[in-house]
Amino acid sequence: MSLNQNILVKLKQAGLRINNKWLVKDVSLQIEKGKIVTLIGPNGSGKSTTAKIALGIYKKINGEAKKYTNKVGYVPQKISIDWTLPLRVSDFMVLTENLKEEAINDALSLTGVIHLKDKNLGDLSGGEFQRVLLARAISKKPELLVLDEPVQGVDFTGEIALYELIKKISDELNCGILLISHDLHTVMSATDHVVCLNGHVCCSGSPIEVAKNNEYKALFGEQASQILSRYEHRHDHIHTNEGKIKKN
Amino acid sequence: MLDDFFIRALIAGLGIAIVTGPLGCFVIWRRLSYFGDTLAHSALLGVTLAYTLEFNIAISVFIISSLIALILIDLQKRTNLPGDALLGLLAHSSLAVGLVVIGFLTFIRFDIMGLLFGDILAVTTDDIFIIWIGGPLILIILKLIWKPLFASTVNYELAEAEGLNPDRAKAIFTILMAGIIAISIKMVGLLLITGMLIIPAAMARNISSSPQMMVIYSVIGGLLSVILGLLTSLEFNTASGPSIIAAALFLFILSLLKIKQSIKLKN
Repeated sequence: MSLNQNILVKLKQAGLRINNKWLVKDVSLQIEKGKIVTLIGPNGSGKSTTAKIALGIYKKINGEAKKYTNKVGYVPQKISIDWTLPLRVSDFMVLTENLKEEAINDALSLTGVIHLKDKNLGDLSGGEFQRVLLARAISKKPELLVLDEPVQGVDFTGEIALYELIKKISDELNCGILLISHDLHTVMSATDHVVCLNGHVCCSGSPIEVAKNNEYKALFGEQASQILSRYEHRHDHIHTNEGKIKKN
Repeated sequence: MLDDFFIRALIAGLGIAIVTGPLGCFVIWRRLSYFGDTLAHSALLGVTLAYTLEFNIAISVFIISSLIALILIDLQKRTNLPGDALLGLLAHSSLAVGLVVIGFLTFIRFDIMGLLFGDILAVTTDDIFIIWIGGPLILIILKLIWKPLFASTVNYELAEAEGLNPDRAKAIFTILMAGIIAISIKMVGLLLITGMLIIPAAMARNISSSPQMMVIYSVIGGLLSVILGLLTSLEFNTASGPSIIAAALFLFILSLLKIKQSIKLKN
């Protein structure tokens, strides 16, 4: 048991070494209920590996990784599904847990893909599939959500809507979220705690603290550090079906 | 009226088909057909052992096949050889050792053809008993591990991350494979068991759009194959195993027609 009931995951100097090469080293972080922790960092900096360590996917790790919940929703960065399997969206939704029809419909509606429910998973576009992945992860009302670039391939407006949805879910379900994102705007606007990785933790703290950090500036450049929490969403129209635009 | 041995064969065959249906789907989904072959080939060793020690064939085959599966898992961890090479190594060496042992057992007359291709005349009431106890047991266990096994078939990391323990499910599934081979070896023969697993499931894949549907069609396909195959076997005096597999192939070809139709509809 954790001393603090709110802690869902705790990494203590966790790392992973495969074939004498460190994928990631000395990562300490904790995820609490209702909080969003975001991992940022360049390609190959160990973001996905850290997420998988937190999820307990790797058996032999260095350091410590403790997961205090089994109610987990996971959106992996890459997922290859073998099409020898006949799998509809509705089958995929109940992959790891049996859900009521209502819960399935609610989740699919939230991510905007309820109309794809009876479609074969292999027939979806990249963005559609990403929305289904997110719907599946949230449908089981998890205590811990691990989202590895959850909006990749989703169109721009959809991206913003989905990030808003993630924020909303975190508040409503009071679940802890580990988010991996390339979009610094989002990171800065919706996150409680940022961990900047580059093979190890190069800095961490609140978004503003990280943005001011010199190591962060060195890693992402001066420009990125100017993206502070003043993320404003300017959008004077909404998109309706078939690419039509409606002015507000 | 149908002969007594025919009724026995039919009851045994139907019992096997109900089990090979769902297991076969997983064999296709998880790409395990060569694994199935390897276990089946190693069964010969189990059979010879049973004869030598005057032991029950099904139980002896089950033990040897499980053992080979364990050796395979161990070799995968220990060597850098690719999986298919290891499977080939185990399949052929266990088959060879089995045949060599048979050579030594000059005091027993073996029906090699019966072992390789199945023999309906050999089905006893004891065999029926084993099939109808073992078969439902395999199905119940499969039902219990269905969720983790299926989830990890779709995506291992997802299953592991969301706490389903896929490794345990995989190990249990391996034992179930050894089980089905043990109970069906007399009927179908060790060279054709994988066919019994794969062909009805492949037929089902052609006409299903969901995993549950595929399992159901696979069972139906297996049952029809057994009935058709055994009737042919009785009529033309052919070996039971090949007749059942040929019937399954016939159903598979029919299912291809359905695919053609649906492709036409799409265009």
